[in-house]
Amino acid sequence: MSNKSAPAAASIDARGWGWRHVGRLSWAVSELDLSVNPGERVLLLGASGSGKSTLLQAVAGVLGGDDDGESRGQILVAGQSPEAARGRVGLLLQDPDCQVTLARVGDDVAFGCENLGVPRDEIWRRVTDSLHAVGLDLPLDYPTSALSGGQKQRLALAGVLAMRPGIILLDEPTANLDPDGVLEVRDAVERVVALTGATLVVVEHRVAVWKNLVDRVVVLEAGAGVRADGEPDTVLKQNGAALAASGVWVPGLLSARSTRAPLASPRSILHTEDLGIARVSSTVLQAGINLDVQSGRALAVCGPNGAGKSTLALTIAGLLPHAQGRVVADGLAAGLVDEPIKWKSRELLTRIGTVFQDPEHQFLAGTVRAELSVGPKVLRLAQNEIDERVDEVASRLRISHLMAANPFTLSGGEKRRLSVATVLVTRPPLLVLDEPTFGQDSRTWEELVAFLAELLDEGSAVVAATHDREFVDALADEEYVMTAPRASEPRAVEA
Amino acid sequence: MTLFAPPVGSRSVNKINPVSKLIVSAVISLAVLLSLDWVSATVALALECVLIVWVRLSPRQLVLSTSPVWIAAILSGFTILLYGRPSGQVYFHFFVAQVTDGSIELAIATVLRGLAIGLPAVVLFVTIDPTDFADGLAQVMKLPARFVLGALAGFRLVFLLLEDWRSLERARRARGVADTGRLRRFAGQALALLVISIRRGTKLATAMEARGFGGKGPRTWARPSRMRIGDAVVIAYGVLIAASAVTVAVLSGHWSFIGG
Repeated sequence: MSNKSAPAAASIDARGWGWRHVGRLSWAVSELDLSVNPGERVLLLGASGSGKSTLLQAVAGVLGGDDDGESRGQILVAGQSPEAARGRVGLLLQDPDCQVTLARVGDDVAFGCENLGVPRDEIWRRVTDSLHAVGLDLPLDYPTSALSGGQKQRLALAGVLAMRPGIILLDEPTANLDPDGVLEVRDAVERVVALTGATLVVVEHRVAVWKNLVDRVVVLEAGAGVRADGEPDTVLKQNGAALAASGVWVPGLLSARSTRAPLASPRSILHTEDLGIARVSSTVLQAGINLDVQSGRALAVCGPNGAGKSTLALTIAGLLPHAQGRVVADGLAAGLVDEPIKWKSRELLTRIGTVFQDPEHQFLAGTVRAELSVGPKVLRLAQNEIDERVDEVASRLRISHLMAANPFTLSGGEKRRLSVATVLVTRPPLLVLDEPTFGQDSRTWEELVAFLAELLDEGSAVVAATHDREFVDALADEEYVMTAPRASEPRAVEA
Repeated sequence: MTLFAPPVGSRSVNKINPVSKLIVSAVISLAVLLSLDWVSATVALALECVLIVWVRLSPRQLVLSTSPVWIAAILSGFTILLYGRPSGQVYFHFFVAQVTDGSIELAIATVLRGLAIGLPAVVLFVTIDPTDFADGLAQVMKLPARFVLGALAGFRLVFLLLEDWRSLERARRARGVADTGRLRRFAGQALALLVISIRRGTKLATAMEARGFGGKGPRTWARPSRMRIGDAVVIAYGVLIAASAVTVAVLSGHWSFIGG
């Protein structure tokens, strides 16, 4: 792309700006005064709920009108209202799957240009240039469904770039990606920003990834506007501890590995014999897997996206039928046949607990208390026993104050803690976790690691499918590394 | 699912605008639906063989994609055979079911009509790429872009929902509630899926809006969707099928208008 065609970088000016979503009592953002000069690169930090995403959406002009909420003060993009400046602002969101609009790579990049009324010849020139700039050198008719998470984010970035924006906004663009994907996207952003000189605003919890790419850090506080603003190192030094406490991943401030008091004599509770795993029964993803799961020990299942980590975890957990070999849970069966997939649903409860990658998938009830009572009720425990267990688990995972809330309305960290609590309440000796730290802030992360360490010391066994290196280092006693079945075949992020 | 797989069928079929394919199958359906006789359907079927050969699906694709049509046509024919308006000689009688000269003729006509409508529709539609279809609907048929592209993008989410559904099912097994109450669980799961899909849809809408979708200015189209000579030929052939079917049926005295 030639620099001649790049539009001038644009400024952002918020004066006394605030926004309240319709039906909410509190303001998502209020009394915000912030000026970003053209070409500046800003990392926007703050605890969840401090209004970072709301601010980005307002700048992008997609926050909606009076039906969607109430605004105060004003916000200007290049001196205009954000709605009038639409097309000058590009926004990249967190979830790779929800940003792909069309079925073919080229068409998807062209989509934004079409909406802006760019002439056809010019559109295709921009499409080719943009795909090249983000390093996605694929045929234009390549199916978007075959892209990995990192590739999808770069595709969305190419779509933003093709619109020739003066401002590029990134809302946690790498939160859902594996480590390779994070690097891919970060590097692509760096190239694009260097190429266009556009103003950049990034919202991210993981400071280390973006710190060297930005020249300014702004910290927002819920209801209080800007709390800190300035040169990255200075801001992080002065506010590091407070930021870390609010869930931001500040480099060098993560608590060291948890202290464990391993069991003196772990015993094997489950093992696999030449296990072959498959999502769909016809395609074997991996074969010849021999694992031993022991009480009081954590086994981490690692490997790139598409290698079958989640599939293996769910197969061990008795939730997916295996394709070959056997899963033998002789230390858990207690009178049942020793293959978990043959157990009844209620028989799993007291034997193997599974925490899903997306907590929402496992919520069943209208309140946190009812949610926690589901398992014990299935086990037909007496009501006082149920209450006792629920209260104990809730206080242990710091969700006691949320008992009456609807699980779907909780924050990301609260949802994660609740999903772990629902499993623990029936006291299974084996815990299977599928990407437990995915998209979590540093505070939830630390709590989760500390809590799992406690459980392990008490004698529970843990199997975790994860691509989180720090999690593995902090917790795992053993690591099983899987490789992608066929590297030539790009795959979507596993569900 | 072949929705986002490369389109099947011969090269010349894929060059035809999806809108033309829609018109052809609509014209044929209309003509065949108007009469209850077997002659019009037979004429249409015979002429449709040209279309089916031209589309050039592999035998496997042909069998797989048209099997629902065959099954539906034969089942409805069988029903008519037993319960259709009786006339002429009775061959078989059991309660209200009876097979007569009249019901045999009606049954044959029903099967043929089902095939005459279903086969070309299916064979033409499996060659349609959804993106091209949306382009055609918006540019040729002038349907509102907002509606057409919104539907196209939303359609893609269906595949994510399939995976969500399986995950919800596994989660219910893990939570201990998968042994009993299948119906109630299904309802709960459907509700959860609805919540998830609305979330997804909202995010997708935000992403599309951020790319200027639904803005006030004029929109351009990266992929032109035009009607070419080939489209005229295909539509003309569709009209020929319809006209021949009606003409032959009327001239041979078999025409039996549904209203009559």
